[in-house]
Amino acid sequence: MNRWLLWVPLVLFGIFFAVVAAGLIRPKDNIIESKMVGKPIPEFSLPAAIEQRPALATTDLATGKPQLLNIFASWCVPCIAEAPQLLELERAGVQINGIASRDTPADIANFLNRWGNPYVRIGTDVRSIVQLELGSSGVPETFVIDGKGVIVHQHIGDIRKEDVPELLEILEKAG
Amino acid sequence: MIAETGLIALWLAASMALLQFALCAIGLAKGQDELFKAIRPVAIAQGVLVAISFLVLVWLFVRSDMSVKLVVANSVAIKPMLYKISGAWGNHEGSMLLWIAIMGVAGACIGIFERNLKAKTLVATLGAQAFISIGFYAYLLIASNPFERIFPVPADGQGLNPLLQDVGLALHPPTLYIGYVGLSIAFSFAVGAMITRDVGPEFAKAMRPWVLGAWVFLTLGITAGSYWAYYELGWGGWWFWDPVENASLMPWLAATALLHSVTVLATRDGLRAWTLMLAVVAFSMSMIGTFLVRSGVLTSVHAFAVDPERGSFILALLAIYIGGAMALFALRVGSVKEGSQFEPISREGALVANNLLLSAILGIVFIGTLYPLFVEGMSDEMISVGAPYFNLATGPIALILVAIMAAGPLLRWRRDSAKALLNRISIPVFLTAAALFALVLFTTSMSVLPLIGMALAAGIAVASFAPLWKRNLRRTPMHTYGMIIAHFGIAVALVGMASETSFTEEKLVAAKPGDEIMVNDWKIKFHAIEPVAGPNWTALEARVTAQYGDEAIHEIAPQNRMFASAQMQTSEAALLTRWNGQLYVVLGDSDEQGRWQLRIWWKPFVTLIWYGGVLIALGGLLAMIGRLRRAGRQKKQRAYAEAMI
Amino acid sequence: MIRILTLIVTLLALPFSVPLAAQNALPASPYAHQQLDDPVQEEKARSLMEELRCLKCQSQSIADSDAPMAGDMRSQVRERIAAGATPEEVRSWLIERYGDWVTYNPPVNAVTGPLWIAPIVLLILAIWLARGRFRRRKNSKKDAS
Repeated sequence: MNRWLLWVPLVLFGIFFAVVAAGLIRPKDNIIESKMVGKPIPEFSLPAAIEQRPALATTDLATGKPQLLNIFASWCVPCIAEAPQLLELERAGVQINGIASRDTPADIANFLNRWGNPYVRIGTDVRSIVQLELGSSGVPETFVIDGKGVIVHQHIGDIRKEDVPELLEILEKAG
Repeated sequence: MIAETGLIALWLAASMALLQFALCAIGLAKGQDELFKAIRPVAIAQGVLVAISFLVLVWLFVRSDMSVKLVVANSVAIKPMLYKISGAWGNHEGSMLLWIAIMGVAGACIGIFERNLKAKTLVATLGAQAFISIGFYAYLLIASNPFERIFPVPADGQGLNPLLQDVGLALHPPTLYIGYVGLSIAFSFAVGAMITRDVGPEFAKAMRPWVLGAWVFLTLGITAGSYWAYYELGWGGWWFWDPVENASLMPWLAATALLHSVTVLATRDGLRAWTLMLAVVAFSMSMIGTFLVRSGVLTSVHAFAVDPERGSFILALLAIYIGGAMALFALRVGSVKEGSQFEPISREGALVANNLLLSAILGIVFIGTLYPLFVEGMSDEMISVGAPYFNLATGPIALILVAIMAAGPLLRWRRDSAKALLNRISIPVFLTAAALFALVLFTTSMSVLPLIGMALAAGIAVASFAPLWKRNLRRTPMHTYGMIIAHFGIAVALVGMASETSFTEEKLVAAKPGDEIMVNDWKIKFHAIEPVAGPNWTALEARVTAQYGDEAIHEIAPQNRMFASAQMQTSEAALLTRWNGQLYVVLGDSDEQGRWQLRIWWKPFVTLIWYGGVLIALGGLLAMIGRLRRAGRQKKQRAYAEAMI
Repeated sequence: MIRILTLIVTLLALPFSVPLAAQNALPASPYAHQQLDDPVQEEKARSLMEELRCLKCQSQSIADSDAPMAGDMRSQVRERIAAGATPEEVRSWLIERYGDWVTYNPPVNAVTGPLWIAPIVLLILAIWLARGRFRRRKNSKKDAS
């Protein structure tokens, strides 16, 4: 047998070691990003979640002005955490559309009364249909949509204080 | 004071391991034979001390000594005795101590019983064993002392997760660890043999019982784990190709290859380098398996007790032991002759094919399991590799492998002819063809792999008994019976797998009390939902009766359990076993109309999967006992012959 | 039971997970727990569901998962197949949104190429190694004589 062949197992082990060591060091986030970023927002039309706000459809999102599309739910704790940041964005003049995920009108109304309502429109997505269309895998998630109705950015998880300037910047670029 | 006794015993055991390693190293380097005499007692002392240390830990759990941190974190005073005992290894520190204890005892066993090996190889083996142990001792003593005290002493423990109280889970870790340690011994033998360059039949015969023993426990571990996942998870599946399952399969594949190549080495003095490599790989796979499970580097359904820090420790050990062994292999094996070459059509030819195909399957499972991690590291992409890939890639190879398995034992050593083989195997071949024909004719829903698998199983089942043909049954050695039973077990499991895959009937219904559901020949009636309560849970229990044809009516009660303390919900499947399969009923949620979700499966012959697994393990056990007894007899004969001279 | 452990792990791991109970208050999607009437279509849907990965779980197919979103995905799969879509169309619809991660059957492309070639390479390697072990016919005759 060739001498050099005997080193093959060690080399293979070296590759294994490098792969798992890198995997161990890399933070494990388990975040599945949407592949819809960069593509036009898919066709959908959702009924209004509460009486006070109009329904939401694809056509409402391509108005020539960049907007935010925020997926939330009354049963979601991080959604409470991001509520102040959404209000701050609203005060900065950002148009925020909401999609309530797997929720009831009464619970949504309660949630908004308690933690504030930054949304211009809220659609209700009781069967995660639009969420699946958007390639979203949880709540909360926020999409930045440009004036032509193209998704330009996806923010996974709650919006923290430090995320607000970044989102504003992305919105500005999209405009 | 009891905890301190355990800790002192552990320190002493660790120093014995150091001493053992030093004696072996110096002895080998200087060739001082008088040092060798001291090594056996040291190995025995190490085994006794580490066993004491582990028993002390068990005792602390039995006594519920709440001054010990580990007991507080993993036990409560009121708990069934079995779970108090299993609590000792139901955690990271305790399981490490269990591992090292089994390893120490196994080392002591080599010290006491191994008399056939050349002194130098034995010394090198015990040295390698001590070297492995030192790493584990270091970790236990420096980073995760199981005997650490807690102050102030709490009134009671925090308890083991009530869900972890399961007989299967209590016995699963020791079973696997015994298997892993058995492979570590094979690894040490291989390292010892590489150091002394003494690879031959003697070495293979010394290693064989350890490999067989390890293989029996690994087989049992996988079989039990599969059945446990089947009834506990409530999905009716028995193998998911989940990373943690693959982690337990890989050492088994390597051990299966190893135990066959060891036979070639013992009988024909061939496959020397290959056997050494397999011994290194088999233990590597058990370490890698442990690493994958504990580090959380791969996402798994079975992932618990995950801790990246522990992961880096195990990885460091991996690098030292496996990297070291492979470097040694590269440096030393060049001068080990691979041994004689073989005829393709011969017993050893079939065993070589077995080894290469098993290694190919091992390679596929290994690559498939780690590839997603590799992709994540190299790019922004994320991919999943699951059952479709593994079934497609390993299935056909596995079927070729089992076909060779049927023919192999019918071949003569050294040289045989294809014609003679065809003669001997004509009945199984005919049976396979007939089964294939019948299945194609009378079934509609079978896909290719299960179809061929089931047809092959018919032939293999008969072929596995063919080695007994025209033989004196009483004079046939026990290890031959072991092989026959193990090979027959493969056929049995294959039928179960193919049948479950092809003929399972599933029905999802929303049922009101009084509804009747037909699944295959089962008439299932849903009567009512009633609340029931257990020690730490409440449950909704469905009253269901099931009747197969006109047979007696059976009552079954699938549950939806809520654990108050943890706000957890589990579904407890109800199983009804007949000789020809299992009825599997799961209770789901209720809908607005007050109907209840029922998931019902009829799984024909599914139990054969695990009966097959048990038969395989039993075959391994018989082979091991047979080999040990024969070795014992030969030793006596030799002693007698010497005495006569 | 492991499902519960999974749940715990998921709850700890994902910043936006929630207690199961809240999501369960809402009725499940129509075809989350209901089979299609046509057994051929149901069989197609079932095999596909076993190959699609649950988005919120650690490592489970949507067929095996109790997560509400997995139920919604099952319903989508069944409804689309009932409407006449082929399983491969449904799969690519999801891949388009979630990437290759969503399927346990990795599609053949540049990234997964080595993975799919590996079994063939390993087999060739095995045959090549076997050749080295086996005596060639010529030699063996000489050997025997």
